[in-house]
Amino acid sequence: MMNNVITKNGLILAGFALCVTMIVAITHQGTKEKIAEQEQKQLLKILDQVIDSTSYNNALYKHCVPVLSEQFLGSKEEQRAFVALHNEQPVAIAIETIAPNGYNGNIDLVVGINYQGVVTGVRTLSHQETPGLGDKIEIKKAPWITTFNSKFITKHDDEQWQVKKDGGQFDQFTGATITPRAVVQAVKNTLVYFKRNKETLFMSTARCGESK
Amino acid sequence: MNQYAELTWQGLWKNNPGLVQLLGLCPLLAVTSTVTNAIGMSLATIAVMIGSNATVSLIRTWIPKEIRIPIFVMIIAGFVTCVQLLFNAYAYGLYQSLGIFLPLIVTNCIIIGRAEAYASKNTLLPSVYDGFIMGIGFSLVLIILGAIREVLGQGTLFDGAELLLGEWASSLRVEVMQLDHSFLFIMLPPGAFVALGFILAAKNSLNSRMESLVEPQIEADKPQRVRINKVS
Repeated sequence: MMNNVITKNGLILAGFALCVTMIVAITHQGTKEKIAEQEQKQLLKILDQVIDSTSYNNALYKHCVPVLSEQFLGSKEEQRAFVALHNEQPVAIAIETIAPNGYNGNIDLVVGINYQGVVTGVRTLSHQETPGLGDKIEIKKAPWITTFNSKFITKHDDEQWQVKKDGGQFDQFTGATITPRAVVQAVKNTLVYFKRNKETLFMSTARCGESK
Repeated sequence: MNQYAELTWQGLWKNNPGLVQLLGLCPLLAVTSTVTNAIGMSLATIAVMIGSNATVSLIRTWIPKEIRIPIFVMIIAGFVTCVQLLFNAYAYGLYQSLGIFLPLIVTNCIIIGRAEAYASKNTLLPSVYDGFIMGIGFSLVLIILGAIREVLGQGTLFDGAELLLGEWASSLRVEVMQLDHSFLFIMLPPGAFVALGFILAAKNSLNSRMESLVEPQIEADKPQRVRINKVS
């Protein structure tokens, strides 16, 4: 008797689980393409901000090279770099990087660098910095992030690449030094990484999402 | 009062989920830093409440009492996942700004609360209406709180409305006052608690004033209505 009730309830539960899963699966099928499209649009929008879209003529978001460097790109996980070519000639690259030492965890950035090693643009992808203080690294909140434009490094320990408080050329924010310090350092590290791996990055035939 | 008027009164004022039942405080406090976020959260919550109330009401006679809670949870989780996917597809910007709180609607006690307390005992139409009006009641609190925090915090209204409504909506943005610095406290969760406290106080004082107008001092000895205070 008891067993019967349990079996019956179990079956009903299983039935419901099946139905709900089916509905979710159908919604997923129906929205899958739209979501992929949205994500791609979002990606392109950001890439457009860091690399001038008139300077290249390849499908930038498709030419995606996996990059990995815990020391310079701040993550043990593979990240993406997008290579811009003009008539097959390398023009610029957008590298995803992480500033692991933000005031409140990781700051995800994307850094655009042209072939000569000059920064073409930096954008913050996501962060948890204090609203009103550290969030000035967002282009929406303040133009600070554009101060990186057309900057480059001359040597690996370029002391210009620090916030002013530490003797460098970049402004810190009132009330928030840790955030800009982390961002400056991350951008600089990305430039170092670019300098060291320039040829392999542009030549690489590896593509994101493929197993090594 | 007929049934629907009663439901409306309950949902919007007397038993308002945000102000009286104090349910769903987690999204309420977390996402109300701007009006746009509040509206997005409202839409998602209303959609889930209508959907879950309707389904629960339709199947209420088939489900054994012992396993109703897991079934409700499954239904709600299913709806939330669908809403999340739809937001992801059609309101991507807002999906990103609501972040984790969109999937967390699952844990919002109002939804399972209404499914259990109302939809599992009533027919389809009243249940749908109950879900809708409770959702509206919750939304009003979200939006008022969002407006207060956005105006005090960054001096604007409808900032980022284009994330929800498309590009044309960027003209909705109103600069209410010019702030040299944003008022950090009010934008952070503690500010939300304080603002909610003020709204609660205002509601309670309005309530007692109204009661003293309508029914002067009869019910002084009556036991207080039992409140459901859950943490969600």
